[in-house]
Amino acid sequence: MAQLGFYINQSLCIGCKACTVSCKDKNNLDVGINFRRVYTYEEGTYVQQPSSGIVHNLKAFYFSIACNHCTQPKCIPSCPVGAISKNKENGVVTIDQDVCQGTQLCVKACPYGAPQYNKKVFKSDKCDFCIDLQEKGENPVCVSTCPMSAIEFGPIKKLRKKYGNVSQIKGMPSDSITHPNIVITPHKDAKLSGS
Amino acid sequence: MSEKNHLKNLLTNKMQRRTFLKWSGAIGIPVIAGGIGTKMLVDRKEEPKVLNAKEKEKIISTCSINNCGGRCVIKAHVKDGVVVRVSTDTQETGDLSTPPLRACVRGRNYRSLLYHSDRLKYPMKRVGKRGEGKFKRISWEEAIETIASEVKRIGDQYGPESRYVNYASGQSWGLHGGKNAARKLLSVTGGFLNYRNDYSSGAGNVATPYTYGTNNSGSSFDTLLHSKYIILWGQNPSEMIFSTPYREYLMQAKKNGAKIIVIDPRYTDTVIAFADEWIPILPTTDNALMDAMGYVIITENLHDQAFLDKYCIGFDGDHMPDGVPKEESLKSYLLGEKDGVAKTPEWAEKICQIPADKIRELAREYAKTKPAALIQGWSAQRQAYGEQFMRGGAQLACLTGNVGKIGGWAAGTGYWSRSEIVYPFSYENPVKASIPCFLWTKAVENGTEMTAADGLEGTEKLSSNIKLIFNMAGNMLINQHSDINKTVKLLEDESKVEFIVVSDLFMTPSAKFADILLPGTTFFERYDIGVPWCFGDYVVFGDKTIDPLYECRDEYDVFADVADKLGLKEKFTEGRTTLDLVKESVERTKKELDPSFPTFDEFRRKGVHHFKYDAPLVGFKEQIDDLENHPFETPTGKIELLSKTLWDMNNHDEIPAIAKYIPAWEGPEDPLKEKFPLQLISWHYKRRCHSTYDNQPWLEEAAKQEMWMNPKDAEKRSINNGERVQVNNERGSLFIDVKVTPRIIPGVVGIPQGAWYTPDKEGLDQRGSVNVLTSQRPTPLAKANPQLTNLVEVKKFEE
Repeated sequence: MAQLGFYINQSLCIGCKACTVSCKDKNNLDVGINFRRVYTYEEGTYVQQPSSGIVHNLKAFYFSIACNHCTQPKCIPSCPVGAISKNKENGVVTIDQDVCQGTQLCVKACPYGAPQYNKKVFKSDKCDFCIDLQEKGENPVCVSTCPMSAIEFGPIKKLRKKYGNVSQIKGMPSDSITHPNIVITPHKDAKLSGS
Repeated sequence: MSEKNHLKNLLTNKMQRRTFLKWSGAIGIPVIAGGIGTKMLVDRKEEPKVLNAKEKEKIISTCSINNCGGRCVIKAHVKDGVVVRVSTDTQETGDLSTPPLRACVRGRNYRSLLYHSDRLKYPMKRVGKRGEGKFKRISWEEAIETIASEVKRIGDQYGPESRYVNYASGQSWGLHGGKNAARKLLSVTGGFLNYRNDYSSGAGNVATPYTYGTNNSGSSFDTLLHSKYIILWGQNPSEMIFSTPYREYLMQAKKNGAKIIVIDPRYTDTVIAFADEWIPILPTTDNALMDAMGYVIITENLHDQAFLDKYCIGFDGDHMPDGVPKEESLKSYLLGEKDGVAKTPEWAEKICQIPADKIRELAREYAKTKPAALIQGWSAQRQAYGEQFMRGGAQLACLTGNVGKIGGWAAGTGYWSRSEIVYPFSYENPVKASIPCFLWTKAVENGTEMTAADGLEGTEKLSSNIKLIFNMAGNMLINQHSDINKTVKLLEDESKVEFIVVSDLFMTPSAKFADILLPGTTFFERYDIGVPWCFGDYVVFGDKTIDPLYECRDEYDVFADVADKLGLKEKFTEGRTTLDLVKESVERTKKELDPSFPTFDEFRRKGVHHFKYDAPLVGFKEQIDDLENHPFETPTGKIELLSKTLWDMNNHDEIPAIAKYIPAWEGPEDPLKEKFPLQLISWHYKRRCHSTYDNQPWLEEAAKQEMWMNPKDAEKRSINNGERVQVNNERGSLFIDVKVTPRIIPGVVGIPQGAWYTPDKEGLDQRGSVNVLTSQRPTPLAKANPQLTNLVEVKKFEE
């Protein structure tokens, strides 16, 4: 099986966070732990006209992100006990809960904030691409949840062929660091020059 | 901006990571790690308990039935009688005749709601002062006995008009919810005081029929695929769900190339996902913009004169009803022929703050791009003169001839529905008297003095004030009605309302005012059918997924027992259980309304039924195609841009015969602005359905209760993002954290509605329950809630 990845159609994201909460429901995650997260970006201001009207140049967008199951994941080398691994067949990166010692070094290493530390059990964990559901032939829960159908998944090569190569938008770390397996259709306000 | 900082943190993380990598790279362990992890993953797959779990898990399809406008499919994954997770409709997108009914963030939280440790678990009676929240556990026998004897005592002592079932919206929406069960109980025991209308579209519901003769002024959402220009005016379908598939159609409309404009004081999530342009506007000034758009349209000759001549009354002096002077026409008003004030874009700019050139551009684009859909949300009709908003939108749709045409939209309240089913649980109330639902507090205080001017109908005079309230799964009793502090005082006085029955899932602010408090069931724990509010072509089966938890019971069963106590059980149930009611509804729907409706077993297996139609529903198509044989349901049979009925009410300043801008009390022109300079609005928040789910931690994390404030207003008050503030006006005071954001127009603050009233010892709300600050002054015509019209001042919280 080829490297799996996510596709995010950011131009459709309404910021509802159904993806975040369905992931919590599926993985029994406490408040504070979010394997999938939705970020907001907003900028712009108003100018009061002498004639008493107001003009503005506001821009805003949402962005949903989980683990990108990177080609060069920085979490793996960061772990001093070898709890994190990348599946050779599908490229899914997982943290073995039996091995994790809770050093939180992966949390610091990941430029995307994917690993989440659980203070109750002193361990980190993250999106495992709902590999258990995939084995049953189901979609990852965020994919089957999104009310806008803005999240897809599959072999990253296929996704790139279908949707292009954008894997970085305004506000995101450079995609050259870890080579994330994500494809994004950016919101009109989120485009980087060249993307 | 707190959330923007998250993205900043991502960038910062990058820096930390680089520094860190040098260090971790030096340790050099990762290669082996991969091997171990993979092996563990493989081993885990082979664990036998996983296989067992697979065999045991049953998936039962049910439906979220509460006062959300949408109905979505909720699939409960049940193992050993426990819901272990929920999923939703897995149908793919694409076929717009059967759009997927995917749950939103609220729906994804349902397991958490079902098993929340704060669920009410057994019946209780009040032991402290009313409203104090002190209760004692009692038996179901005692609860039923007490309700039966109080229903009888109060009925005998004050007459049936003293008994009232409050407007409620919680788990009340299906075939047999608490509200319906309470109404039937009171009907079979002598009757109750009726209410009319609702809190969602109260002003619009009364106003729109003065224009069109009906509230069914909308079209089915698939007509939007024909629209070239769509204005969403005060409507936010990204957060507020009118009908689950609406967003899917809107998205398709956008793909089809429709230009979408959002007019709203906030840069909403709808702007983010759907809009080509956001036009910010000051609350309560919508009609000034509408008037100016009308002015541009007629002075630039962009109006559809043929449409106006044929279908409308009151546009110009040649088309006036008998008895109304010619200079009262819409055209005359817009041109300022009588008052000397032409309703120019420059005139409107000073009121609504939209630049005159932008108003011209908007008016021209809307009038020239055909077909164009002007769709009105219900926010702006929840304002002081909310009636004008709904009639004003309809007026623009008529000026441009967008009524009755596919891809157009008639504006107004916009109801339409093609999801008819039979409701077998019916009752006839022997009492004919009714009040507007917003005025129930008035009917408690001095109901016997209410007259037709207060909206009393069906009787000249009430024989009693309200003495008994059934509040079934509803938070209107305290939280969602206006002016909480005033309502608290009213209900605390046990000599006024003598007995209050509440049923709910949690100890809400309203539940605290119960005399008898009943633990209700969730939709997971009962059978029902989910029908979307009034938009959509589908119904969803509500299967029972688990037995009720604790001692929770369906209100239907409880009131059947109360009826039994009074010797009326057979009259109440007619021998049926709730499951019988669902079966009967399905069978009768198939027989009486729709032969293609599935059988009970089919419906249960599929979970959803989509009604299919040959053609889209286009509001008023019949009338526009053939007016002679299909007149509008108005007195003149035409669209009444000027209503003689309203004219004859002779209150032209507050209830004008044509829609127009009237400066609102507590609007931007109110002198009270000196003291309370900020306009306060509220909105339906993505994490709540009205006040339902306010106590859900996952949802609080997803969308915190916080007040939006523009950086310009925050700076003036030295308020920083995330800080706690006190918001005041003459009615009350609340504390809330602030989100400083440019996504709200300067001069306006916004508090998401529905947070639970949480007073401290001094009675000051600590959670940001907006109705501490809203007013009980009703709108002039509909007597509806004006809850989006408030002036406040905000100051930094100092300990």
